[in-house]
Amino acid sequence: MFAKKIGSNAWKVFIFLLFAVYAFAIIYPLSWMIISSLKTNTEFFTSPWGLPAQPQWHHYYEAVKYGVAAYFFNSVFITLASVLFSVLFSSMASYIITRFDFKLKNAAFLFILGGLMISPEVTLVSLFKLEQSLHVYNTHWALIIPYTVFRIPFTTFLIRSYMLSLPKAVEESAYIDGCSTFKVFSRIVMPICKPIIASAALLTAMTSWNEFMFALVFVESEKYKTIPIGLMNLKGQFGTNYPRLMAALVVSASVMIILFLCFQKQFVRGLTAGSVKG
Amino acid sequence: MKVYRDKRIIILYLFPAIALMALFVYYPLVQSIVFSLFKWASFSPEKQWVGFYNYHLIVSDTATFFTILRNNFFYAVVSTIFQAGLGLVFAACLEEKFMRGTQPFFRTVLFIPSLIAMTVIAMLWQFMYDPNIGMINQAIQALGFKDFNAQWLGDSNLSIWCCIIVSQWQYIGYCMMLDLVGIQKIDGELFEAATIDGATRPQVFRYITLPLMKESILVTTVVTILGSVKVFTEVYVMTAGGPGRSSEVLATAMYRAAFKNDEMGVACAYAIMIFVLTFICAALQLKLSHTGEE
Repeated sequence: MFAKKIGSNAWKVFIFLLFAVYAFAIIYPLSWMIISSLKTNTEFFTSPWGLPAQPQWHHYYEAVKYGVAAYFFNSVFITLASVLFSVLFSSMASYIITRFDFKLKNAAFLFILGGLMISPEVTLVSLFKLEQSLHVYNTHWALIIPYTVFRIPFTTFLIRSYMLSLPKAVEESAYIDGCSTFKVFSRIVMPICKPIIASAALLTAMTSWNEFMFALVFVESEKYKTIPIGLMNLKGQFGTNYPRLMAALVVSASVMIILFLCFQKQFVRGLTAGSVKG
Repeated sequence: MKVYRDKRIIILYLFPAIALMALFVYYPLVQSIVFSLFKWASFSPEKQWVGFYNYHLIVSDTATFFTILRNNFFYAVVSTIFQAGLGLVFAACLEEKFMRGTQPFFRTVLFIPSLIAMTVIAMLWQFMYDPNIGMINQAIQALGFKDFNAQWLGDSNLSIWCCIIVSQWQYIGYCMMLDLVGIQKIDGELFEAATIDGATRPQVFRYITLPLMKESILVTTVVTILGSVKVFTEVYVMTAGGPGRSSEVLATAMYRAAFKNDEMGVACAYAIMIFVLTFICAALQLKLSHTGEE
């Protein structure tokens, strides 16, 4: 009995250490990125492990001023627009699919859900051609459209399952009182769905903010580029001023981390409801 | 209610989603299939019908095609073991009583990499892999191996493995989070009953957690494989498929064909290969997670 107890305690220590080491393997590179961003360029090369003698906060100012700021607006605008459109169109579709009665109801739902089976990579080349012929190539819309569209299936799936679980009584009495469909949808249905809409919006925000491939191909001018692509450019532009580049990486990474730390519950609800990886 | 049969409303509310899906998802998919049968360049209007010649071109370059498939295959196998497998073991460990206190900390830390843009992660790791200033070589040298000087991303035998490691680093915590929620949904009395009956912790995992998590494990496995088939960003940012074409995967090969070599037909053929593979995975996933059911 005694020996067994020591054995199991040794296991506990081992498992705890394993997690500690793994957590270290995550925290260390990330903190290295932060520490490096505060070094002078000479320190960056001569003492990659050490701490900066004098924190160079101006790297953040420069990284934002000469690089990130220009891309920041594009990223924010494109992300907000994609979130707005994907949530709005998906809620509208979900409302019809869960409440209304018509022959092609299942077909309509499957048509939307079927989009989950088509990965964005498959459409890259033909979307590129399509966007050129629609004259949206190399504009903000070049990214807002695909980000919205490729989020509709999953967002509809999330919102629909939530709406199915809601009672219809309130809506029906509102109709009896003479409310229009628009009023019922915007004043009753949308507000009740707030929790799931928050989750769906966060997930869409995350994928749009971080998306790389479409942003690389569909936008050519500097003035429409988003942060992930901008960072690649900064690398060339800042030359070997690596600490400044590190500062830019830190700024871009912290946005999503802060968002997550504030809305952990909504994030996890959305992720686990469908197990779809961006 | 009468309003629930109003055709005008139905069409009005469904139209945006359906039309956008049709125009920007299904239509490009069909176009990809058609375009893969033509030889065409990005800025010339002419398209020459070549049948399956583009596919033939890809497959007949045996060495490259083999490398590409091998790389995607390695990606899938390693990701399944680490993300779907190890992720679950980690989740089970964190649910053990003695880890409960520290669970929120580890859970959050392990999850954080999956929130950061892959571009940022890939650029950070590029620095870590750097043979001269990177911390990996310096750490190994500091341990006493003074002559150690691996080229990592610059070594054609190691490059793909370097990319694979980064993906694991980024996503183990993500899969762990999914499994954690799954395990927390299991009735706690089952675990208690088994423990009272004298089951060891590994036995509890083997005979209670695993069977009850079966569906969730299948879903994470399929999602992971799906991700491995279409992997693009990590590889593109860190190696761009090189050195040579040693770390090429399907998506980077497609990108190279389309936007470097201007062989749009070949690129579409690659796209269709990705489509067939991902479609099978996605169909499996939908079936396993029962998303199509009420």
